[in-house]
Amino acid sequence: MTHDQSFTNQKFKLVGSRVNRPDGVDKVTGRAKYGADASAPGQLVALFLRSPHAHAKIKKLDTSKAEKLAGVKAVITSADLPDHTAGAQLDVLENCMARDRVLYDGHAVAAVAAIDKETAKKALKLIKVSYGKLPHVTDVDEAMRPGAPLVREDIFTRGVDPKPTEPSNVCKVSTFGHGDIEAGFDEADVIIEKSFKTEQTHQGYIEPHACLASVGPDGNGELWVTTQGHYTYRTVCAALLGMDMAKLKVTSSEIGGGFGGKTHVWIEPIALALSRKANRPVKAVMTRDEVFKASGPTCSTSMDIKIGAKKDGTITAGSAHIRYQDGAFRGQWGQLGAMTAFACYDLKNVQSVGYDVLVNRPKVAAYRAPSAPMAAFGVESTMDLVAEAIEMDPVTLRIKNAAKEGTRASYGPTYGPIGIGPTLEAAKNHPHMRAKLKKNQGRGMACGFWFNFGGQTCTDINISADGTVNLTLGTVDVGGSRASMSLICAEELGIPYDQVKANIADTSSLGHNDTTEGSRGTFSSGMATIFAAREAIEEMKERAAQTWDIPVEEVEWVEGEARAIGQKNDNLPPLTLKDIAARAAATGGPIAGHNEVVADGAGVSFASHICDVEVDPETGGTRIIRYTVIQDAGKAINPDYVEGQFQGGAAQGIGWALNEEYIYGDDGRLQNAGFLDYRIPVCSDLPFIDTEILEIPNPNHPYGIRGVGETSIVPPLAAIGNAVSNAAGVRMTHVPMSPPRILKAIEEAEA
Amino acid sequence: MRYEAPTTTQEAANLIAREKGEAFVLAGGTDLLVRMKTGLSDPTLVVDIKHIPAMQDVKTTDSGTKIGAAVSGSRLNANKKLKKAWPGIVEAANLIGSDQIQGRATMVGNLCNASPAADSVPAMIAAGAKAVVVGPKKRRTVPVEKIATGPGKTSLAKGEIVESINLPKRTGKAGDAYLRFIPRTEMDIAVVSAGVNLTLERGLVKTARVCLGAVGPTAVLVQKAAKAIIGSKLDEESLDKMAEACSAACTPISDKRGTVEYRTKVAGVLAKRAAKIAFKRAGGK
Repeated sequence: MTHDQSFTNQKFKLVGSRVNRPDGVDKVTGRAKYGADASAPGQLVALFLRSPHAHAKIKKLDTSKAEKLAGVKAVITSADLPDHTAGAQLDVLENCMARDRVLYDGHAVAAVAAIDKETAKKALKLIKVSYGKLPHVTDVDEAMRPGAPLVREDIFTRGVDPKPTEPSNVCKVSTFGHGDIEAGFDEADVIIEKSFKTEQTHQGYIEPHACLASVGPDGNGELWVTTQGHYTYRTVCAALLGMDMAKLKVTSSEIGGGFGGKTHVWIEPIALALSRKANRPVKAVMTRDEVFKASGPTCSTSMDIKIGAKKDGTITAGSAHIRYQDGAFRGQWGQLGAMTAFACYDLKNVQSVGYDVLVNRPKVAAYRAPSAPMAAFGVESTMDLVAEAIEMDPVTLRIKNAAKEGTRASYGPTYGPIGIGPTLEAAKNHPHMRAKLKKNQGRGMACGFWFNFGGQTCTDINISADGTVNLTLGTVDVGGSRASMSLICAEELGIPYDQVKANIADTSSLGHNDTTEGSRGTFSSGMATIFAAREAIEEMKERAAQTWDIPVEEVEWVEGEARAIGQKNDNLPPLTLKDIAARAAATGGPIAGHNEVVADGAGVSFASHICDVEVDPETGGTRIIRYTVIQDAGKAINPDYVEGQFQGGAAQGIGWALNEEYIYGDDGRLQNAGFLDYRIPVCSDLPFIDTEILEIPNPNHPYGIRGVGETSIVPPLAAIGNAVSNAAGVRMTHVPMSPPRILKAIEEAEA
Repeated sequence: MRYEAPTTTQEAANLIAREKGEAFVLAGGTDLLVRMKTGLSDPTLVVDIKHIPAMQDVKTTDSGTKIGAAVSGSRLNANKKLKKAWPGIVEAANLIGSDQIQGRATMVGNLCNASPAADSVPAMIAAGAKAVVVGPKKRRTVPVEKIATGPGKTSLAKGEIVESINLPKRTGKAGDAYLRFIPRTEMDIAVVSAGVNLTLERGLVKTARVCLGAVGPTAVLVQKAAKAIIGSKLDEESLDKMAEACSAACTPISDKRGTVEYRTKVAGVLAKRAAKIAFKRAGGK
């Protein structure tokens, strides 16, 4: 079968080897073109006017003076955009441009396109906005209190019975679990209940959002943009602006980091609208300040965790109530968090409840395994407290309760073969676990889970006359996938790696591909590449059969060449891919393989992390001394980049755990919209992050691939929390564990 | 915006004095250019002082060392004599920004930007450094601690610019040190900082100056803290007294970088640690 997605345990020649990425030289020499690197003749510069208030009515918005300024070619406010009132895309459009109210500090209220930046700046100053300030709320717990300022007046909590009659900031309550938690807690010898908080963080991609938009009077448009999903951007922009999808060509630039933040549109629909109005190409590039204020960071959270266990370590019940702050627009973050909270464990009685809560902050977007790190911080910190209470080694406690094949997951499904047990065993046996600790140092470990996604995927393979191969993909390469896909393509065809050239197609050149999110790229495009290659092989076998004038059933494909089977064909020397390609014109024309698929059965992924920290007890300053990531990859196609994903997730988790946070003033304005005071780790903050790849094949993929991109950010908050708590001698419950928070906790514990 | 690059200090002072709009001195530009880019400053005149020879020198004479206002951090770091005499000053100046920033940023720029968290300022004040101020009409020499008067504010009159920093001559057993606390390992702004400069006689602290950063509207010279260690061998008791005096001198704010409580406590911790380093550098045991 060409299109059977079952795992076959085939032996590999190329897959699993460490190869250089095809886009590497361009990236290190500066030749690679990112979002802001495209220009068009006659292009205009777009700038945005943004709200200085957390919550306000727009009483009056006058753009007339700006429009009259020489050099200004278009001004856009919500009045210039299609009215999507009551439409499915209203939230998306309203986030791109405020309508009657601004909902957060940085919410766009107008945009101008002018001949240069200076003119655009002057034009922004000429736009007069009269605001009527409204009460605001930025904290998730405060937003849930009765009488809190309402972010929206038309939100009634979903997921509760009976249906509420009063509007609320809680837009959704999502409950998962099974068994009887009350009975479970009754059985427990020890019950630990603890509350935790995590602050809001940003993905921190270095490349800001940037695009070049061009729409002509005939309705045809082009968008060059940094994105994780150019097909999704096309779908959304076309819907928002009433354009025909086929007439809007979206090209994804190289991407300087996305981590989930480039899965939604921000400035792009407005750039297109400005271009349409001005009839000129428009370039829009966010400043760093705008990226922090008006793109999509992840949620801040507040949660209550309760775990009961017997003295032998059996967990009898677990419950989690986790409140996720979605910003000013509805999301599904509470639901995802509730699903992941207890996913590592085999529990008889479990309940997790996620709350999606609106506040006056920017719309939340995905951030690498969205919602899972915060839930893991609460649950894995509480697991350590349980271990301490029953005097059991924390790893042993986790191994005893780890989910396995056949376990009913806390979020519903029954697991197939999974890697949580093996990663825990590997952690227990890792030399890191036995390394000696010095004064003021502490060790912690934690586990994490992520679902991984599949989804719609479309791939082309075209074989050139010289036998080199174009592999055309539609999933944006966010983490080295062109190298992995080239390896897979070369493996299937039986040719060298560098005989394949992988390209990311624009939306007009290949069918729809879902966004590269949910760690789906290698799993989904890998599957489509295998199937497309096998289709090309079938075609090449036909061509060989035709050349030899034998039935195709007598042709097999081995090591990059067609061979005739059977004694009667002994006199026929093999035809290599190059031979067949060279004769293509005479045997039926160009040779191609194609596949479109909804990739189902993404394999769930687990990781266990070990971390050593040193805490200065006099300043609360914390250094990461040693860090080890152990994760199930299913199959590591290119181990270098799998390790890179493991290390990258850990590095982002370290920043989140120790220093990164959105800081709001009492006025509801963001105080640290820049990399000086929003502190992502610098190189010297990190040790070399050690990695161990486990390969427990995903039964639903021919190569056994699971996703690897996201799970690595799930355990760090908890692993570091446990390590800091052990080093400082006091339980840390608030992330980031910044020096003032640690010092305060130490002083309170001493007093 | 007008850009001028005069070749004498007097000319620079005159240009600024005569400007009707907002005039700024451009040394390394590591603060000014960022302010201009983010729209916080919109000057009508920028006077680049890097072409003034007197501002580009580091000169050691019998009376001390003179550091020109346009001398970058990386040039201070390359000056072995200066590093040996005033390691605390050089390490403070070198903590500012990245390698790239070090190629541009100057101590006088750091001083005149008047941030309470400026790294080089507590070290200069602890050293007893003086600033040579040139105006359209006269020159004056003032202690460094008299320059900043509050966040972003200085005592310099319109047209006055700082030409150089004068460090006193080093004699006998002496050492200085500067420490700052930042949550990361580099590329950050001091949450709290401490500079200590001391001399020894017969193994005991003879003179000392202790200065704190980021705990008030300007750097704070804490005389009581110095008094606590003068005459001591830096035993725990005198160090504790010094730390207490430091904390007592703090009038910080709570902001995105730290709380009042945190800054107050850690000021003492850092002063103790800096004093120990300065003591060791002076040859103390």
